[in-house]
Amino acid sequence: MRSTRLVIATAALALAAAACGGGSTGGSTSGGTTAPGHSGFTPPKLEALKSLGAGEGQVNLVAWAGYAEDGSNDPKVDWVHPFEQASGCKVNTKTAGTSDEMVNLMKTGEYDAVSASGDASLRLIASGTAAPVNTDLVPNYKNVFQGLKLKPWNSVGGVAYGVPHGRGANLLMWRTDKVTPAPDSWSVVFDPASPYKGKLTAYDSPIYIADAALYLMATKPELGIKDPYALDDKQFQAAVDLLKQQKQNIGEYWSDYTKAVQSFKSGDTVAGTTWQVIANLVKADKAPVEAALPKEGSTGWSDTWMVAAKAKHPNCAYKWLDWIISPKANAQVAEWFGEAPSNSEACAQTSDKGFCDTYHATDETYFSKVHFWTTPIAQCLDGRTDVKCKDYSEWTRAWTEIKG
Amino acid sequence: MGSASGTPAAPASPTGRTAPVRPGPRRRVAAALHRHAGVRLSLLLSAPLAWLGVAYLGALAALFVTAFWSTDSFTGDLVRTFTWANFHDVVTIEVYRTVALRSLGVAAAVTLIDMVIAFPMAFAMAKVASPRAQRWLVIAVLTPLWASYLVKAYAWRVMLSSDGLLGWGYGLTATVLTLSYLWLPYMILPIYAGLERLPDSLLDAAGDLGARGWRTFRTVVWPLTFPAIVAGSVFTFSLSLGDYIAVKIVGGKSQLIGNVVYDNIGAANNLPFAAAVATIPVVIMLVYLAAVRRTGALENL
Repeated sequence: MRSTRLVIATAALALAAAACGGGSTGGSTSGGTTAPGHSGFTPPKLEALKSLGAGEGQVNLVAWAGYAEDGSNDPKVDWVHPFEQASGCKVNTKTAGTSDEMVNLMKTGEYDAVSASGDASLRLIASGTAAPVNTDLVPNYKNVFQGLKLKPWNSVGGVAYGVPHGRGANLLMWRTDKVTPAPDSWSVVFDPASPYKGKLTAYDSPIYIADAALYLMATKPELGIKDPYALDDKQFQAAVDLLKQQKQNIGEYWSDYTKAVQSFKSGDTVAGTTWQVIANLVKADKAPVEAALPKEGSTGWSDTWMVAAKAKHPNCAYKWLDWIISPKANAQVAEWFGEAPSNSEACAQTSDKGFCDTYHATDETYFSKVHFWTTPIAQCLDGRTDVKCKDYSEWTRAWTEIKG
Repeated sequence: MGSASGTPAAPASPTGRTAPVRPGPRRRVAAALHRHAGVRLSLLLSAPLAWLGVAYLGALAALFVTAFWSTDSFTGDLVRTFTWANFHDVVTIEVYRTVALRSLGVAAAVTLIDMVIAFPMAFAMAKVASPRAQRWLVIAVLTPLWASYLVKAYAWRVMLSSDGLLGWGYGLTATVLTLSYLWLPYMILPIYAGLERLPDSLLDAAGDLGARGWRTFRTVVWPLTFPAIVAGSVFTFSLSLGDYIAVKIVGGKSQLIGNVVYDNIGAANNLPFAAAVATIPVVIMLVYLAAVRRTGALENL
């Protein structure tokens, strides 16, 4: 029973996360101290809701697959109907496949709230599509982990633009029977003399360039990389060169979780980047693997529920925001999707009592080493103004070149 | 007796007389259509032509126009001002040439492999098998088309994995192999149809005149079935050229044109550049069709 659920959960995750990867999800700058306002754009002046009124009877959501389950995928996985009963707001969900799709859907003005990933959230704020969120009207916000509050991908200049939904890290996974000693560094996948040539894997998305930049942060401090998502010409070239060199040793790139699961099981791949939920699946199939956060840290994702500036049902949207980060619903969505919940009290509500430990939900030191995905823009996200950084379309082209 | 011969005509004559007086609207339309063959033809063709014009050629035109635009890298909005930049990049940056040539090579290899496998298969179906066996063979060829593309591609992934049945590993060869398997029916069926139209008497005549197998094939069978083979090759070639999923599943670390297009739309939201890249296979196919046309094969289809 558990494994079936896991498979379904993973399917949902793969859908959403593959989409995240495509559109790139999550996201922040590393330090967490630099507001995007400093890095080149000022959001349009918009007012947050001042007080909560009566519900409008319905709410229109744009969400990742698996974020607003109404029991249609699994009768037991349902946090939409209880919400409808409690709030009197009927939920209409539009599932989006990529961040770009989310941005475009929100721009139509027909939706009230969105589960935006880091890159989408900044664009929604900059274009005035998303309004600031008055967190006083979201009672459960007080229990959200501090490490997720007022971050560069969900706030501008100390003003919150949404409530955090959950987070996860991109881990290093390896076959314990083939890779010895157990690696504690990304060097196992980046070292040109790696003994595992042809058996390594990497994530097939331009955002993976940040993983190389992260490794260079630790190994080549002279490059001065402070944020793996803010790379100037020289830093970017170094990361690209590292990846081109890494390609010689890569067996295959993965972007779809079943591929990753299968190749680790068969031993075609012995080491590479992964998600916690993939590691769980491979372990469930009795393959000898281990996954860990390497000493250099890692990249990861974090999503935010935001409210549209022109929301027709703002009260119901706020009720939904509060519901989705309420301990019970947040635990359900985190378990279904395979990520760390954002509400500190959600850990008591998970059906698997060890869930929060597995996903390091309460471990702030763990997440302090995680650089959440964000889409690179020309204005350097680390606050530098003397240089121009490479934007995501250039990352994409470079990724094409890396793969050759 | 006289009345007996008149009775059968009696019920027919009143209807025969009243029909022209009060024709129903359906009748009138039918009659008008019967008289005007041109109107009939244009009505019949308008729906498919509209489909071809608007949905197909229109989409191609839109693609081509988009290729001259650009996107705002931050907001992701289309910037509708004319620029050659996308095409300039596609032509001048080396990686796109490499990827285009690789895709071309894969498509050619798949077509060649399918041709070599499909011809004997189709020949056996059309000329050797009994009519009963023929029907079963056609069904057998068609059956794989009922299964999902992804299932078949993943089946190859499992077979090619190092602990799998074949264990050859992933890469470009694996991609060619998988695509050859996937598109084989599209090659067999046209060749089978072509061979079926080839009269057996021609083969007998060639034999009677002293031609051995190879000579009969070269001078009789090949020229007469060449248009069918070309038809099959258009399928396998174009399907392989546009594929990006099989290479994701079994391609290891390699990429084809389709992947570049996909990455630019799905990841970077750079529709104009994706459109510029997508014109490469369109141009290749146009060149291919023009070359095929010069051989005269299209006229015999």
